[in-house]
Amino acid sequence: MAMLDIEGLHVAVGGKEIIRGLDLAVEAGEVHAIMGPNGSGKSTLAHVLAGREDYEVTAGRVRFLGQDLLELEPEERAALGLFLAMQYPVEIPGVSNTYFLRQAVNALRKARGEPEMKPAEFMKRLREAARQVGIREELLRRDLNAGFSGGEKKRNEILQLAMLEPKLAILDETDSGLDIDALKAVAAAVNALRTPERAFLLITHYQRLLNFIVPDRVHVMVDGRIVRSGGKDLALELEERGYEPFLQEAA
Amino acid sequence: MSTAVETVKQITEREYQWGFVTPVEEETVPPGLDEEVIRLISRKKGEPEWLTEWRLEAFRRWKTMEEPRWARVHYPPIDYQAISYFAAPKQKERPKSLDEIDPEIRRTYEKLGIPIREQEILAGVAVDYVFDSVSVATTFKKKLEELGIIFCSISEAVRDHPELVRKYLGSVVPPGDNFFAALNSAVFSDGSFVYVPPGVRCPMELSTYFRINAAGTGQFERTLIIADRGSYVSYLEGCTAPMRDENQLHAAVVELIALDEAEIKYSTVQNWYPGDREGKGGIYNFVTKRGLCKGYRSKISWTQVETGSAITWKYPSCILQGDESVGEFYSVALTNNFQQADTGTKMVHIGRRTRSRIVSKGIAAGRSQNTYRGLVRILRGAEGARNHTQCDSLLIGDRCGAHTVPYIEVKNRSARVEHEATTSKLSEEQLFYCRARGLPLEDAVALVVNGFCREVMEELPMEFAVEARKLLGISLEGSVG
Ligand SMILES: Nc1ncnc2c1ncn2[C@@H]1O[C@H](COP(=O)(O)OP(=O)(O)OP(=O)(O)O)[C@@H](O)[C@H]1O
Ligand SMILES: [Mg+2]
Repeated sequence: MAMLDIEGLHVAVGGKEIIRGLDLAVEAGEVHAIMGPNGSGKSTLAHVLAGREDYEVTAGRVRFLGQDLLELEPEERAALGLFLAMQYPVEIPGVSNTYFLRQAVNALRKARGEPEMKPAEFMKRLREAARQVGIREELLRRDLNAGFSGGEKKRNEILQLAMLEPKLAILDETDSGLDIDALKAVAAAVNALRTPERAFLLITHYQRLLNFIVPDRVHVMVDGRIVRSGGKDLALELEERGYEPFLQEAA
Repeated sequence: MSTAVETVKQITEREYQWGFVTPVEEETVPPGLDEEVIRLISRKKGEPEWLTEWRLEAFRRWKTMEEPRWARVHYPPIDYQAISYFAAPKQKERPKSLDEIDPEIRRTYEKLGIPIREQEILAGVAVDYVFDSVSVATTFKKKLEELGIIFCSISEAVRDHPELVRKYLGSVVPPGDNFFAALNSAVFSDGSFVYVPPGVRCPMELSTYFRINAAGTGQFERTLIIADRGSYVSYLEGCTAPMRDENQLHAAVVELIALDEAEIKYSTVQNWYPGDREGKGGIYNFVTKRGLCKGYRSKISWTQVETGSAITWKYPSCILQGDESVGEFYSVALTNNFQQADTGTKMVHIGRRTRSRIVSKGIAAGRSQNTYRGLVRILRGAEGARNHTQCDSLLIGDRCGAHTVPYIEVKNRSARVEHEATTSKLSEEQLFYCRARGLPLEDAVALVVNGFCREVMEELPMEFAVEARKLLGISLEGSVG
């Protein structure tokens, strides 16, 4: 069975249907990319998978690692191995980046019945991961995301990804707003994390990211549905022709 | 999907953890208050004539006074004749050594997490244990005596250091200062006394742990701390009470005096029983706390974390008399369910180049009401005085209220007074972000709220910051869903 298996998913927000019959299966070790015009429901999908409460699932089911994902609280999904790098990471004043990450690491370990990570070991891993994604030490001491630049926030999400070691990582436009060096650093970090056990779902608008992280599958999402799936070349086709042909298909 | 609301309901079934009653035989004075009762209390404590008179004088003043009504708190009238003004565990004499303490009382403090011991957990802290109306033990007295530091119950101080008590008692909070201070002056039972001699830096935290146990009683403790020239002391006060359906009155007075270049740091973690989720029971906490920065460059710093009590009425203040003296007030006041808090500070600038800083963090959840009330008064002679006030409120849910009532009076043109205030709501986005990273809901709430309070929590002595952080989390359980 696929690691992530979405069948006939319908999601409404405030009475309006945003996801309208979506199917998607992701196997362990695979990298999938989802592309689609603004407002097509990509972030909505990501949030529903991560467990945000203000979305109403009106039909369909989602299985993740054999479990009914929609039954679980957000923190239970995280403990199971789901991670969402958010499009707009939130600021938490008064809570240092490092402190937050340590709480998160230990919360996941606790939920899995593992002992807390020793502070020395945590700091060692944190420094390594920070170096890899290009986060300055000073940023680790600052309040979580408070006053971080757009690019710093995105890198910080990848830092969390590296530290929390999920089974499935969803990256919602992590590449948007990154300069070319940052993009390469993020891509390198993601590639380093690619293993046969770990899957990625990349939400992006740009083919550029997929030059660095080569996907196994590319899906085109329009109006709350996946209207076309293909190999990595599909992204190139999109780059050339835009979404216009698909919009018509959807209509 | 089990909703957050359900999860939260399960957590709220957990009760106030400190609400047990100790089965100890207590001697209680029958309810009611008149001059006879005051003489009786004074006699029980073997007090000198001057103190009995001082009490009676305060009582006569009190009878002419009225309960303050200006605070934003509501409660049915208190029947002062229905309260018992003295309760003490029965014991022939105050135990000479820590080993002689009643095992039940010993167990009580163990359950509260502050065992009466001079080692291990509390190695860096000397504690005075006040059980209902009396102090039952004080640790590390010998060690402190070697440095000339006096740390004892106020009853002992009256006996052993009458000159100091007589000189300073009521010098900062006069007996007729306000209704509750007058009542306290008339009936105060016990509390702590600290004197730090010139030039001495007190090497450990001094702490008093107040416990109300007996039913139908009030607690009226009195604390007096004097830091002589160039000395330093850090003092911490903690408190809990059993869960009872009726309200209990706690009307304390705390006086601090800092002489030239002395510094007093006074921290409180207030966790009196707040009442149940329907608003039944809980402590009425009507407290007068005031510090006098009497000397040149003296400093008094109040830090409070207020999570308990049904009603809190409390304004730890600084009179900045000495030139270049400094007053600070760092406060976290958290209210949940039906709690009401009206708390803040007064900074009175008298001396030249005096400075004060106020950081207040109010958190309101449930149906609670949380008011910051603060006065900054700059007198004519306070040349170059400065104040900065930062006042932030955080609302959890939409049935609670947060209010900010600043009073500013400036009589000197060279003074600079700044006031900043913000109000925000606990954000769903923040909670979701934390949970998506693996933090359970209640931990997420605690994390965000602790972040909101960080500036204040950082002021707490290390030993207690961890406890206080946990306490904030526990007090908020059930507030989100
Ligand atoms: N809480 C909400 N209330 C009302 N409408 C919402 C809400 N959340 C999302 N929507 C709407 O749902 C649609 C899909 O939004 P979503 O954020 O999923 O799009 P997206 O594909 O991620 O777009 P982008 O590429 O711009 O990030 C949009 O029309 C958006 O306005
Ligand atoms: Mg989006």
